Amino acid sequence: MIARINPFAALEDIGRRRFILGSGALLSASAVALLAGRPALAAEYGKKKGADTQSDVRILNTALGAELEAIAAYGVGAGSGLLQKPALDLALQFQGQHKEHADVLAKTVRKLGGTPTEAKARYEFPTDQLKTQADVLGFAAGLEKGAVSAYLGAVPLFRERELAKAAASILGDEAMHWAILRQALGENPVPAAFVA
Amino acid sequence: MRCGLAVALLAAQCSIAAASTSVPGDPARGAAIYDRCTACHALAYNRTGPKHCGLFGRRAGSVPGFDYSPAMAQAKFTWNAETLDRFLKNPGRTVPGTTMGYAGIADPRERADLIAWLRQATTESPDCRRH
Ligand code: HEC
Repeated sequence: MIARINPFAALEDIGRRRFILGSGALLSASAVALLAGRPALAAEYGKKKGADTQSDVRILNTALGAELEAIAAYGVGAGSGLLQKPALDLALQFQGQHKEHADVLAKTVRKLGGTPTEAKARYEFPTDQLKTQADVLGFAAGLEKGAVSAYLGAVPLFRERELAKAAASILGDEAMHWAILRQALGENPVPAAFVA
Repeated sequence: MRCGLAVALLAAQCSIAAASTSVPGDPARGAAIYDRCTACHALAYNRTGPKHCGLFGRRAGSVPGFDYSPAMAQAKFTWNAETLDRFLKNPGRTVPGTTMGYAGIADPRERADLIAWLRQATTESPDCRRH
């Protein structure tokens, strides 16, 4: 039995922490001392926190948009009639994990005072190129590979380091999906020592 | 020259060095680098990011029907090899406030390869011809 973890657990109080810093009214004694008599610096401090949060929210929302598309893509794959067990079970399991990613991303955006991106009414997928089980698995593998790169590109941008850690946790999950899909396709599941 | 690791002080020197040693990119290698973009982009249709067909010569933030950030929508430059090189090196620094939450490609060689591929693919690929 693998325990269910919440990679964003450390962030449970980050909205509040940010709010306290951002409001300026509830700064710690040392921060108050530091900023006392220097209103320009204090204002800059509050603004910087706000800008940092907005930047993190933008990154989270873009990741959320990509997760929502992945959920829809697995829906197309699972509903195509082209997947047989056990590939079908894998697709449904991976879709469920993307849903968990999307849920936690949306929750975190809300916690930071943002508005989570919503799923589009309609997605475009290259369905005319999906004719066999291998086509569907290859399509999914491509999405997962891209997702790994996208999270890798997001990790260093987070101003809040706990968010970087949480994004890396999702990256790990998507790298596992990618490897398993390659394995299912008869390809080398782990083609390199690094992802890019 | 390790431009990606250069500190701010060296950045100016670094970009001059990169420009003076720049060689034409290799589109075949660029195709593989584009895999890093495909979580969000496709050539022929809008996804989390805008479609790339017709990119060269297009004003930044101008694909109809794509919901750009205010920062990109208001950008006043056109995409070419030079603006792409700058943007792809560090999207957030080039267009502050962009929703492309991606750190960028530090290696000038990789950027040159990717841009060489984009130049071909966004004009000549079957995906872009069809649309
Ligand atoms: C995490 C998702 C994501 C990834 C990964 C990503 N992009 Fe983007 N990209 C976006 C979004 C979102 C926008 C729109 C930005 C805005 O409106 O500020 C965008 C915009 C762009 C633009 C401007 C297009 C226009 O119409 O003005 C270019 C060029 C671009 N991306 C190229 C790339 C390339 C090349 C890569 C791969 C190295 C890449 N992107 C990776 C999400 C992404």
